[in-house]
Amino acid sequence: MTRFFANANYDFIGIRKYAYGVSALIVIPGLIFLALAGLNYSIEFTGGTLLQVEVAKPVDVASLRSGLDAQGLHGAEIQNFGAPNEYVIRARVAKPGTDANDTQATAAAVSQALDAALGSGTYTVVRTEAVGPKVGGELRQKALLAILLSFVAVLAYLAYRFEWRFGLAAVAATAHDILATIAFIAVMRLEVSLTVVAAVLSMVGYSLNDTIIIFDRVRENLRKHKKEGFEDILNRSINETLPRSVLTHGTTLGSLIALTIFGGEVIRPFALVMFFGVFTGTFSSIYIASPVLMAIERRWPGPAARGHLGAAAAKPVPGERKTAPVG
Amino acid sequence: MSIRTRLLIIAGLIAASIFFLVPRTITLRERDPQTGVMMDRTEKKVPLKLGLDLQGGMHLALELDQSKQVSADPKRDLDLALTVLRKRIDEFGVTEPLIQKVGDNRIVVELAGITEPARAKAIVQRSAFLEFRITDKTNALEKVLPAMDRTLRSLGVKSETGAAGKPSAVEQLLGGDTASTAAKPDSGKTAAKPDTAKTDSAAAIAGVPSILRSLIQPSGAAGTAIPGEYVVPETAFPRVDSLINLPPVARQLPRGVTLRWASAPTSVGTESVRFLYALDVRPIITGSNLEDAAAQLDPLTNGPIVTFQLDRAGGRKFGEETGKHVGDYMAILLDGRVQGRPPVIQSRIGRNGQITLGNKSLQEAQDLALTLKAGALPIPLKIVEERQVGASLGSDSIHDGIKAGLAGTLLVVVIMLAYYRLSGALAVAALALYILFTVGGLSMVDATLTLPGLAGIVLSIGIAVDANVLIFERIREELQHGKTVRLAVDEGFKHAMNAIVDSNVSTVLTALFLFQFGTGPVKGFAVTLIMGIIASMITAVFVTRTFYLIWLDRRPAMSTLSI
Repeated sequence: MTRFFANANYDFIGIRKYAYGVSALIVIPGLIFLALAGLNYSIEFTGGTLLQVEVAKPVDVASLRSGLDAQGLHGAEIQNFGAPNEYVIRARVAKPGTDANDTQATAAAVSQALDAALGSGTYTVVRTEAVGPKVGGELRQKALLAILLSFVAVLAYLAYRFEWRFGLAAVAATAHDILATIAFIAVMRLEVSLTVVAAVLSMVGYSLNDTIIIFDRVRENLRKHKKEGFEDILNRSINETLPRSVLTHGTTLGSLIALTIFGGEVIRPFALVMFFGVFTGTFSSIYIASPVLMAIERRWPGPAARGHLGAAAAKPVPGERKTAPVG
Repeated sequence: MSIRTRLLIIAGLIAASIFFLVPRTITLRERDPQTGVMMDRTEKKVPLKLGLDLQGGMHLALELDQSKQVSADPKRDLDLALTVLRKRIDEFGVTEPLIQKVGDNRIVVELAGITEPARAKAIVQRSAFLEFRITDKTNALEKVLPAMDRTLRSLGVKSETGAAGKPSAVEQLLGGDTASTAAKPDSGKTAAKPDTAKTDSAAAIAGVPSILRSLIQPSGAAGTAIPGEYVVPETAFPRVDSLINLPPVARQLPRGVTLRWASAPTSVGTESVRFLYALDVRPIITGSNLEDAAAQLDPLTNGPIVTFQLDRAGGRKFGEETGKHVGDYMAILLDGRVQGRPPVIQSRIGRNGQITLGNKSLQEAQDLALTLKAGALPIPLKIVEERQVGASLGSDSIHDGIKAGLAGTLLVVVIMLAYYRLSGALAVAALALYILFTVGGLSMVDATLTLPGLAGIVLSIGIAVDANVLIFERIREELQHGKTVRLAVDEGFKHAMNAIVDSNVSTVLTALFLFQFGTGPVKGFAVTLIMGIIASMITAVFVTRTFYLIWLDRRPAMSTLSI
């Protein structure tokens, strides 16, 4: 039988300091970038008008832009989208002098500019999205609420199934994943649409899934190997679940590669976010969730871990406490 | 549970999934929109409803537009608008439209597979407020024009004819710069006409430069004098419109008279003009008394007309009023614009009448008849959100999704077979059932498949094998500990259960929140995710287990497992 990492015995927890470094190298510059450049929100969240058009001949971007400027739609984005004869025009401001929440005036103004720049009849509008700022604001609120509430629900479930120490550690790992993913979205200049929010939430589910599988093994090993130190129990559990991790991440990445290549332009940001999520989720399950669990157990030992902490306490790691609030 | 029972349950699940996936034709008893007769209609029930982003269509979110008219009771007006929209869209003939109230201030309309979005939008948005008013016979507007001009001058608005230089800032503000520059050469042209010259000279005598007087002329010169009808050059229309609507100017009009524009420009000779009407403030009747409307071609002119019929009370009132006004002219207004030139009232009119539409298409006449019949919107609606996907883009998305799904499945199958050999084959068989159960389950709950949902299915194919992987890895560990094949399989399933349940429940929890807070497409994603997890639990835990049981039953003495 083929086995990857059978009887692996890597010292994952021992090298956690390096892993923190790697994480910091990704997250900190990402967050700085986020603070400086912000996120590229889609029309759905900011409000505005998007037209996807299929054209017969290449678009003279400059003349289209000046046409849009003449309509008072300054700073519109004109982008090639997927195929060379498809363009997306995004106008985030409303036509001056019109009610921004009444999306029709702006949509009509974009059409007029298209008629002027391309000639009417030489293009077809294949997709329109027009969202008033009011609706956009509501959507933003809903998305945030969905993320926060799902967080609370998962924490409650984990607290019920395991105990609060495990739940807290899992949430710390998830918080790290969300930060890392937002940094990734900012650096890659991906458009934050509802679909991307869905990807972030799926990523959270996937990452939690991974953490839970390791924690499940930790719980089992705590019962099975009464004499082992907590750090050794963590290492053992991670190593034992390693073949599963490799395989499941492999098949998931397989699906995501297929989606990225074949899934089309609208789905690509979703696939990319999930793709990154698989890596950060795996990473955080091993290097955030497990060490945080260890730190929590050392400070507030739970009944399950009590017998194991003596061995671990015999070789205390300096500076351990400082790493507790990671993420 | 015996193998037999297990197989029966699996067969039942397969049969149920297939049942929900077979397209069926169902018979619906519905009222025929044209004749009003109840008719049986067979409808093809497709296994999976496609979302607007996959089949093409339009999603609109509407709110009351209170910028011109403030609603006294927004809640009631929204409910009224909802009923009116339902009627209109029923008549428009879209299959399975969705029209619902969201929150307490918004209406969402979803029309799948429509090919003329602009037309649909017009039908949804048109207020369709019909009214009839007698034109003013007292020359009220002509009399107050000098007063209006004086008011305008006191406001700092200058004339554009004569020696006026550049338009002042106020004027630009009021008239809009495109309108005022365009108006210049044209108003000069108007001035060349004899009757204009007369007014101009009158103005010169009074020492008052004319502003509105040079732009608004009684239509008498055209020969068919309709009282209360005035001519404005089309190019000056936006400017005049903004000037006469300035409150101090509008106040000059005598009580009981109001101004309304014609709905479209008319050509007089080489010029394009717009009629302006001075009308009685009180409509003699409104569309609320309308009982029926239909589009027809006028047998004389071959132009489209809309004929209508009033209800009994409306007919009585209309007859009374028209009887009093024989010889007067009656303007027909739709949404505040006069349709065609007002006809003269020959005699008392009963319940039937017609609206001449001029150079419009028969289809526009049909749309008008449809909206009139469905009733007027109490308050105009504004579109606060619009999403529209062309049918071709939708079908491209489906192709892309299927391609991605096939490629993803292929990759997963290869990985599972290469790694787990025969056991991998069991997992692949279970995966096939997984896909069947997921799609069948989605069809069962009448879920709508959206583009993110499709992506969710593709993604879940990769994740679905996780449960199998967990079980297989456990079995391998048990085998390594020297357990017999049978015991290892039993223990493997037992020990993997905890992890499978916990991890799936947490994913379902996040999906539930997505469902709760997401909009259409994202809701579709959440539903596929939840259905996928349920199907994956069934296939990995129950189906694969059954396969193993059969396998071990056939070869009780098996000492090594292909895993």
